[in-house]
Amino acid sequence: MKKVQFKSTYSQYFFLAPQLLILLIFLYWPIIQTFKDAFTMQDAFGFSSQFAGFDNFLFIFSDPSYLTAFKFTIMYSFIITLITGSIGLLLAVQANKVMHGKNVYKTLLIWPYAIAPAVVGVMANYFFSERYGLLHHLFNNLWGFNWYEDVFDAYIYVIIAGSWKQISANFIFFLAGLQAIQKTVIEASIIDCKSNIRRFWTITFPLLMPTTFFLIIINITYAFFDTFGIIDTTTIGAPGSETKTLVYKAYIDGFKGLDLGSAGAQSIMMMLIVLVITIFQFRYIEGKIHYN
Amino acid sequence: MSFLELKNITKIYPNGTKAVDETSLNVEDGEFVVFVGPSGCGKSTLLRMVAGLEDITDGQISLDGKIINDVDPSERDVAMVFQNYALYPHMSVYNNMAYGLKNRGISNDEIKNKVNEAAKLLEIDQLLSRKPSMLSGGQRQRVAMGRAIVRNPKIFLFDEPLSNLDAKLRNQMRLEIKKLQRQMGVTSIFVTHDQTEAMTLGDRIVVINNGIVEQVGTPKEIYSKPNTKFVAEFIGSPQMNLFNCKIENGIVKIDNNQITLDKKLNIENACLGVRPDDIQVNNNGQYRCIANLVEYLGSDMIIYSSMGDQEFSCKLSSKIELKAGDSFNFDILPSSVHIFDNITSNRI
Repeated sequence: MKKVQFKSTYSQYFFLAPQLLILLIFLYWPIIQTFKDAFTMQDAFGFSSQFAGFDNFLFIFSDPSYLTAFKFTIMYSFIITLITGSIGLLLAVQANKVMHGKNVYKTLLIWPYAIAPAVVGVMANYFFSERYGLLHHLFNNLWGFNWYEDVFDAYIYVIIAGSWKQISANFIFFLAGLQAIQKTVIEASIIDCKSNIRRFWTITFPLLMPTTFFLIIINITYAFFDTFGIIDTTTIGAPGSETKTLVYKAYIDGFKGLDLGSAGAQSIMMMLIVLVITIFQFRYIEGKIHYN
Repeated sequence: MSFLELKNITKIYPNGTKAVDETSLNVEDGEFVVFVGPSGCGKSTLLRMVAGLEDITDGQISLDGKIINDVDPSERDVAMVFQNYALYPHMSVYNNMAYGLKNRGISNDEIKNKVNEAAKLLEIDQLLSRKPSMLSGGQRQRVAMGRAIVRNPKIFLFDEPLSNLDAKLRNQMRLEIKKLQRQMGVTSIFVTHDQTEAMTLGDRIVVINNGIVEQVGTPKEIYSKPNTKFVAEFIGSPQMNLFNCKIENGIVKIDNNQITLDKKLNIENACLGVRPDDIQVNNNGQYRCIANLVEYLGSDMIIYSSMGDQEFSCKLSSKIELKAGDSFNFDILPSSVHIFDNITSNRI
């Protein structure tokens, strides 16, 4: 096949320009700016800045609240991944069995996915409102719920708020994964194995591993970055800084505390953490997955 | 009591479709029975009801003296081979074959013996550690067979297992299945839409159409005495010629031709069936027609012609020189014709 060659050396840049501009303005420029911020220190009024080397990094490592945010983020993403994954899988398996009104269930279960995290946070606010919140009332009756003083209660608040929407994403991908499994493979296993539960863990679940792996990465990324709006509309990091995620802390330190140097250093650290987690997953987990 | 008994089996799907209608059938121990029919005729549904993959709307199935209507598929002691093999893609060949045994709590040593034995029988012992994705179609089919064999079931169920293979492999596997079945003596039901497979494999053939059993019989019975017009057309290749005609006093009139039958029949709306190979072409033949089209098949050839507006074909040795457009003479022996009532479609 002969390739079509255009003579002009300018037209391709013209057509690429819109996309390139968007990337330059909203991606590359901020990245460069972040690196610049991370290695400089500004004076209190923001008039001048000077090269600081690794001072910003050394500072965040010595900051106990950074360690708290780090631990919380790891815990938070682990739990969110676990909860959204398992509930999403459970719902998908059940919805896949439904014969009548399948589409109704599907639509209803997918809906929350379309809601912005900040809006989810506002909705969670209602549920955890001290005066009329349903969940606040329920938990309060059980053990005396008080999220702005008790760390554990605050965790429950942000975990529920953060999980709800993401369950939909897990549901839809697991459902698609289930429907991609050959019907006759399941039928063969019905003849080979009596126990539903055993059949699920030996046949269905292994065949869902590619989906599961994909969702683990998506869920961790979600818990790391996209929960910003949820934290900002629910606990705002309270009590103290106990429920601040790394992203949220970087935002608070940079834009509320106006310490751009620290915020830049934190952003770079975050990038490294996500990089390490992702490399780890691809190296050690992906190899064990069977792709059809 | 027969080994497998189907009594008035009916299957109606939730959407109201009647897939199988009041079907009864007895299969003897060690018998190889083939269900044949066009796609969507209910033959697979019937098989799947025996396997327990479809529930039975009405009727009763018993296997080896035990009613199995409500028995879990895994406890019916059946093994099934699927059209697309349905191997577990994440398991090695060995584990694919061992899976059913493991779930039944059989010891590892025994599983190993059984799998190795079956693998040797099917000549797949070199492939045991491979995943299904690394196997060819024929090898996958063997693994699927192996998975069925190791279970040592009361009955083998084959759901069009050869239709995904290419023609050459299909013939080879067909022979192997037949040989294996003979060797092991396990009762088998084989579903196919291919009449050649049905004829060559079955001890008995069950011809199914629209959820109804049209005829049950040995391949020879089905071929030489089809009960209905449907069976007559479905079995045999090229298919039987059917002429709509009027029979008066034992004389069949088609266009300007007459055939005198052995019996003095009188039927207003009849159908005369003649197999293409029962049309005997010779120079002194009683009838004369023009060959519209000639298909050369090597040793044989098929001639397409017509009597009036009714088309027919005949199969003859390709040694005879005949081209499209030539006219030819032929005979139809009264002893070789099949007569059907056009209203009931039944044989007379």
